[in-house]
Amino acid sequence: MIEGTAWKFGDNVDTDVIIPGKYLILPANEAAEHVMAGIRPGFADEVSPGDVIVGGSNFGTGSSRESAPRAIKDAGIAAIVAKSFARIFFRNCINVGLAPVECARADEIEEGMRVRVDVDNGRVEILDTGQSFDAVRLPEEIASILEAGGLVPMLKEQFRR
Amino acid sequence: MGKTLSEKIIARAAGRDSVQPDEIVTVEVDLAMIHDSGGPRRYWKTMQEMDVGVWDRDKLVVVSDHYVPAKDIAAAEILQLTRDFAAYYDIPRFHEAEGIAHTIMIEKGYVRPGMLYVGGDSHSLTGGAIGSFAVGMGSTDMLRIVTTGTTWLRVPHTIRVVLDGSMPRGVAAKDLILTMIGDHTMAGGLYKTLEFHGSGIEAMSIEERSVLSNMCAEIGAKAGIVPADAVTRRYLADRGIEQDEPYPASDHDATFVDTWSYAGTEVQPVVARPHRHDDVVPITAAGEPPIGRAYIGACTGAKYEDLAMAAEVLQGRSVAPNVLLQVAPASRAALQRAIETGVASRLMEAGAHILPTGCGACPGIGTGVLAPGEVCISTTSRNARGRMGSPDSEVYLASPYSVAAAAVAGRVVDPRAMLTEDAA
Ligand code: SF4
Repeated sequence: MIEGTAWKFGDNVDTDVIIPGKYLILPANEAAEHVMAGIRPGFADEVSPGDVIVGGSNFGTGSSRESAPRAIKDAGIAAIVAKSFARIFFRNCINVGLAPVECARADEIEEGMRVRVDVDNGRVEILDTGQSFDAVRLPEEIASILEAGGLVPMLKEQFRR
Repeated sequence: MGKTLSEKIIARAAGRDSVQPDEIVTVEVDLAMIHDSGGPRRYWKTMQEMDVGVWDRDKLVVVSDHYVPAKDIAAAEILQLTRDFAAYYDIPRFHEAEGIAHTIMIEKGYVRPGMLYVGGDSHSLTGGAIGSFAVGMGSTDMLRIVTTGTTWLRVPHTIRVVLDGSMPRGVAAKDLILTMIGDHTMAGGLYKTLEFHGSGIEAMSIEERSVLSNMCAEIGAKAGIVPADAVTRRYLADRGIEQDEPYPASDHDATFVDTWSYAGTEVQPVVARPHRHDDVVPITAAGEPPIGRAYIGACTGAKYEDLAMAAEVLQGRSVAPNVLLQVAPASRAALQRAIETGVASRLMEAGAHILPTGCGACPGIGTGVLAPGEVCISTTSRNARGRMGSPDSEVYLASPYSVAAAAVAGRVVDPRAMLTEDAA
């Protein structure tokens, strides 16, 4: 179970603002320090481990750069709850082991609220208000990648066999 | 019940008789592309740790386009690593500084009708212009494909897009796709295939079709397919690829979740305003904002025909004194043809600064990026804040005609006026 503070972003958050192009030249772990540089500079320093990003629709649109969800995860974010995700970003989240949680009522969560996210059962709860929302449960094929910690650990396991 | 083209291609690649929308299936890909930015540098080490190689060197294309030419040592190292990867696995189709991957995949005839093609880049949809099911993915998904040749896909629903009749002079495929993005927003095609039909599409060249497929990414789509037809067959034949078999197509009773219709004659020049590519207005309603930079570049905006469109406007004119017009051809072949036909000299006589082929300023990685306060009109695909350089720069997206016209006028203007003048 994930429990943390909500950091709120709007609709169509683009991977170009999550990790601007000029940081792509850096190795992934160094790029992570600049997460959200294009929209909320200094974000990495404010986040506590286990916190949750709350987005609107089409979160992670734009470039296929996997550095974007990787940097979000490295900053300590445990899940992204959004009304919808851009498709490559969604896959990239799963592949780096960061839970993308699709929740139609994500916009009712306010910045700073404490939220509890149950990825397996598809529930998002606002602890401050006691409200609880349904979220989309991940299909088994996809959930298994997330459970393995991402696609690399899963592939490593496969190739070991 | 009938099947869409996407469903047919995915079913074949999944080794199944048929598939349903929303189903998740494992497919074997026919062709894969990886590039210098999201490619080997991100996972070659992991491949070595896992002690696995490339699944099929003849199905993988490796392109260095984002960091060419190297502007510093770090970029040079990325190019070196990509080159070493291609040499180590003996990849026959490795192209460094020959052009932007999406343009190369089409120009060299690598993508073929009916293929399931996956590229490690969000604009890999471009391959849909040849009638393939072409999708983009991130690095780790590409690691799986590079090492196993397989991936999972959720079968998309298909929206039918119809262009009835050809578009008038001075209006380009870029205007149509930006209009569609403006009408349906950047999330309007999320997870779906957009399949193009109608007499206006049938009359369109492969390069113009590739602008549509490419920028289906900007509408959130998974794929943007133009079913292969006589134009496709001729294009491939010009590249020595003779195909006699009928091309796969959607059944006439296939289920489309929606239809978006456009009358060719009604499409007009448009611009997407900073910093949203779905903030689209007719160019005549943009308020003629002044610009200091005009950029003709990217996979979507600097192929030979794009350069020719710009040259049509620039012929006998000069770039305004306070404007810098930069042209980064999408491929070496595009530049070479532009030299042969005189298009390149028309651009240069007008005052264009020709940049090396590659992604250049489009992703803010290469050369030609924007300073704070600079206002640019560009043939590229995206204008999110900071995409082409400083977060305090502004980018308008438009067709090559409109970018060339703005370079001459020093402000965003209707290019049709400059085309009718010389017709008179
Ligand atoms: S030119 Fe721009 S859109 Fe095309 S592949 Fe390069 S960075 Fe991407």
